[in-house]
Amino acid sequence: MSDVVTVNHAPTAKQSGQVVKALEASANRVDWANHLFKYLFMLSAFIGVFSVGLIGYFLIKEGMPALSYAGVTNFVFGMEWVPPVLFGIAPMIVASLISALGAVVIGVPVALLTAIFLAEVAPKRVADVVRPAVELLAGIPSVVYGFFGLVIIVPMVEKVFNIPAGNTLMAAIIVLAVMILPTVIAISETALRAVPRSYKEGSLALGASPMFTIFKVLLPAARSGILAGVVLGIARAIGETMAIIMVMGNSPAMPRHLLDSARSLTANIAMEMAYATGLHSSALYTTGIVLLVFVMVLNATLLYLNREKAR
Amino acid sequence: MKNLIISSISAVSLMFGASAYAASTVTASGSTSVTGVMEVLAEKYQATQADAVEVQGTGSGAGIRAANDGTSMIGMSSRAVADDELKAGVKQFTMAMDGIAVAVNNANGVQDLSAEQVKKIYMGEITNWSEVGGANMPIVAVTREVGSGTRGAFEDIMGLIRKINGQKVTAISPRAQVQSGNGAIKTLVANNPAAIGYISLGSVDESLRTVKVDGAPATKEAIRAGEYGVARPFVLMVQEDTAAEAQRFIDFIMGEEGAQIIESEGYIDVQ
Repeated sequence: MSDVVTVNHAPTAKQSGQVVKALEASANRVDWANHLFKYLFMLSAFIGVFSVGLIGYFLIKEGMPALSYAGVTNFVFGMEWVPPVLFGIAPMIVASLISALGAVVIGVPVALLTAIFLAEVAPKRVADVVRPAVELLAGIPSVVYGFFGLVIIVPMVEKVFNIPAGNTLMAAIIVLAVMILPTVIAISETALRAVPRSYKEGSLALGASPMFTIFKVLLPAARSGILAGVVLGIARAIGETMAIIMVMGNSPAMPRHLLDSARSLTANIAMEMAYATGLHSSALYTTGIVLLVFVMVLNATLLYLNREKAR
Repeated sequence: MKNLIISSISAVSLMFGASAYAASTVTASGSTSVTGVMEVLAEKYQATQADAVEVQGTGSGAGIRAANDGTSMIGMSSRAVADDELKAGVKQFTMAMDGIAVAVNNANGVQDLSAEQVKKIYMGEITNWSEVGGANMPIVAVTREVGSGTRGAFEDIMGLIRKINGQKVTAISPRAQVQSGNGAIKTLVANNPAAIGYISLGSVDESLRTVKVDGAPATKEAIRAGEYGVARPFVLMVQEDTAAEAQRFIDFIMGEEGAQIIESEGYIDVQ
């Protein structure tokens, strides 16, 4: 209010002289705060980039001896993991992919329906209970998921499928499906809410039912955002370690079916790092390189999807 | 406070005083399994007197050679050493025994397995408990991860070793479940009636049941008596005319204090 009042009065000569002086002074003065923050921002940005570069360099440097000993083909397609002679991680690549894909098959439909429920269907009071619960799911440490899997899911898999040991791919898939829920739900709900209101109103005005509107109008419009959520969910599933170690049995053999014990790439590194020496240790870093490549492919997919969205 | 200062000053002066006399170094080399407990013994020993101890893990074969050649004062081996492997004038002591218990779920009826049966279970050749006198139920074999000392000892003792490209590697079936740590194996075996696992003797408790191997129970007494098969001796070898400082270190190991350290590291003292 006071600003408006000052503008109404014409400034006196003395006042305008002061303003000019102040402006000149500020033009001559080096704005240290401005510079400081500019470089602080830049430094922060580089810490991230530098870390990624350093991790990549370190993995490749440490992993090279095993890769050149075994050869890329033997390493990636080899069926036997017998350190320190045979380093074949094909069974672990398969286990990581199957467990992540299985988690997506079970987890994504549930997550998507939850997201629709939160964004479109749920009364505000219900949504206010469901949303924090889902967010809490994201905050549970993975070792707790593993423990839950070990105590609840593993015995359940034993009973339901009548097998001697429930530490299987199936148990891992179920645990991972729960673990990716919060990621997929949060991103899908945001994508659904970002669809312009006019789409929904237009559809309803044309006489379409609410369900028809959701499935034929909102979901297609939010598609790229939902896919981004799914990709992040896959990345979470591939990168999960602790929970997987506790429920998957960790046998380094190629799983024959979903009720076989298996070892993921991450579990391979975490389990054997403690005692590994020489080539064996190097082979674990090489496993890390393969994981890094997986994550890079996933992120590239994500970038591609986001580009579609921006267009 | 004053007391603390005085005692710390005297402790420091003791340290420096001691180092002034630390003229001699005891050298020991050999089995990497023995190296772990030897290093702890050396550390405790160095804290009490002036001599320094150097321990190198080179493998049991190299340990026997080192004792014969005299390249180390003390040679270490984690397997029994036959008398004809040693030159005349080289004597051996069993400093400790390393025992591994084969354990099953409390609900499992099998009481006794032969070493051959245990070996075949881990190689994946015996896959059902009915083949070894138990209920008709598949066997879930649980093993430690590659590189673990317990797994290495178990493979050595049971002969679960095969050769690929001239290198000794594990013969344990890749279908066996893998858990890292005695605790994880115990949890799995304690919760799965079909499971079998092996853990160091010191970790056994009532959550699971050890089986007899070749009729002998997995107890310290049976291992000391040489009846229980899944055990191996930790052997030290020295030349009879070895340096006085090496003999002093061996006396320490074979004495009361050494026995306590060996027990606290999870091995079985044999005296």
